Amino acid sequence: MTTGGIISDALAVDLAVEPVRSLNQRLHAATDPQAVRVLNPAGRHSIAVGLDGDHTVTVEGHAGYYCAGMNQRATVRITGNCGPGLAENIMSGTVIAEGNASQCAGASGRGGLLAIGGDAAARCGISLKGADIVVRGSVGHMSAFMAQKGCLVVCGNAGDALGDSLYEARLYVRGVVSSLGADCIEKQMRHDDLERVRALLDAAGVTDAGAEEFRRYGSARKLYNFHPDNVGSY
Amino acid sequence: MSWVTLGRMCGIAGLYTKTPALQERLGELLAGMLGQLAFRGPDSAGVAFYREPAPMGSCKVSLHCAGSTPAWDQLGFDIEQAFGAPCTPEVRATHATCVIAASAEEAQEWIAETHPELTVMSAGRSIEIFKEAGPPSEFSRRFELRQLDGTHALGHTRMATESRVSTAHSHPFWTGLDLCLVHNGSLSNHNLLRRRLAREGIRFQTDNDSEVAAGYLTWRLREGWSLDEALEGCLSDLDGFYTFAVGTADGFAVLRDPIACKPAVMAETDDWVAIASEYRAIAQLPGAEDAAMWEPEPGRVYSWESAVVAAV
Repeated sequence: MTTGGIISDALAVDLAVEPVRSLNQRLHAATDPQAVRVLNPAGRHSIAVGLDGDHTVTVEGHAGYYCAGMNQRATVRITGNCGPGLAENIMSGTVIAEGNASQCAGASGRGGLLAIGGDAAARCGISLKGADIVVRGSVGHMSAFMAQKGCLVVCGNAGDALGDSLYEARLYVRGVVSSLGADCIEKQMRHDDLERVRALLDAAGVTDAGAEEFRRYGSARKLYNFHPDNVGSY
Repeated sequence: MSWVTLGRMCGIAGLYTKTPALQERLGELLAGMLGQLAFRGPDSAGVAFYREPAPMGSCKVSLHCAGSTPAWDQLGFDIEQAFGAPCTPEVRATHATCVIAASAEEAQEWIAETHPELTVMSAGRSIEIFKEAGPPSEFSRRFELRQLDGTHALGHTRMATESRVSTAHSHPFWTGLDLCLVHNGSLSNHNLLRRRLAREGIRFQTDNDSEVAAGYLTWRLREGWSLDEALEGCLSDLDGFYTFAVGTADGFAVLRDPIACKPAVMAETDDWVAIASEYRAIAQLPGAEDAAMWEPEPGRVYSWESAVVAAV
């Protein structure tokens, strides 16, 4: 790993030898952009969490819980699958999982981009607060639950109760939605929606889906404040 | 606050081997999986191994003695006297396994009458259940898991949430001949269900919620339901969070509740099929990096026998 201003060829960190905490501490301490290959992740938890710098990290294999959580500015690519809580609370930067992601991917994310090459399980983008998520495959049930801000773009299908108790996040699904959650409705795709989806697909490297194939879902804004007429929906 | 913290209590591991070479290594591989799941369940650990079926007309029982070290040799002698065939209890820490020349029902009755100090942990033709309070690593060492072979095995590491830590509260729970259950999660209607099942004649050793799920399966199977039907019955009759793995004589079955907070990963290669709470337990297995891997869908019964995975 370099400490000067020049990024050397990517440094290989073997997690079969070096603990995850040591890897993370090295990245936290670095003041200059780093390029790191992480070998033998073997489903270990908390790989590359809390990064705050223009680092480029490639995890070569499958990651466990919380990979790339709280990411800021860094680009983290995982070549395999990820466990629960991928890029949880992402603030900025880019997290790319080439495989599938388990539940709660991108939960509470505030900014940046999470791109998932395979499927995401239940609760993808739960409580989303401004990040963008692009899923090449499908998402599980209760995705975008109480999502407040940001976009969830799903090229495949969405499971039950999509967007339950949704605030102002924008949901775009190309395939079938099993069911919509409380207060989530289909809305018209407008010109700015097409532009937005196009830009996100482009950013996520998705080339085989057209923006015009997506349908848009958003909040009906009926559950924002308590109203006795809605008591059955709470 | 993390959205996924609640999914980290208790660990499940299951491994089905497809080759004789891996059957010999079953204990070593399952112990490795349990080791990776130890932090999910530091309170107690347990396993069910399916191995060396008893001859036709005989049964195999796993016994536990809570008190002072029992006279297992004397037990073997008593069994020989009662049933007319030699019996050498295979002792493993606080447990022993006996092959008895009788039906499982006859053997259990005899043990209850003549050796009330012993608890039957399992009975069947090939199942052996061992479980104990204490850290999983110590469990694997004391019970010499690495020496065990077999066709398939289930394991569990427990973080107690509903009831106390004891051998009887540990998993797997024996649910019928060659059947057992391990559970990650918690049930909220277990007291009501326990009372109802007790009226149906199902007996319980503890106040544990998972034992109620095991008792529920026992009852449904007794009523003539298939295992897949009994598991589907769980979806309407059990209230709570669960990933279940059920061991059978031929393989095992998996079910996650419809909300699916509790994790599960399944993986398969030409040599094995595995289930675990986390991939890192599977990562220990040979060829794991290239295994086909998926998360079981919520509310769907998966069962496999003779290495064939079938979603009902």
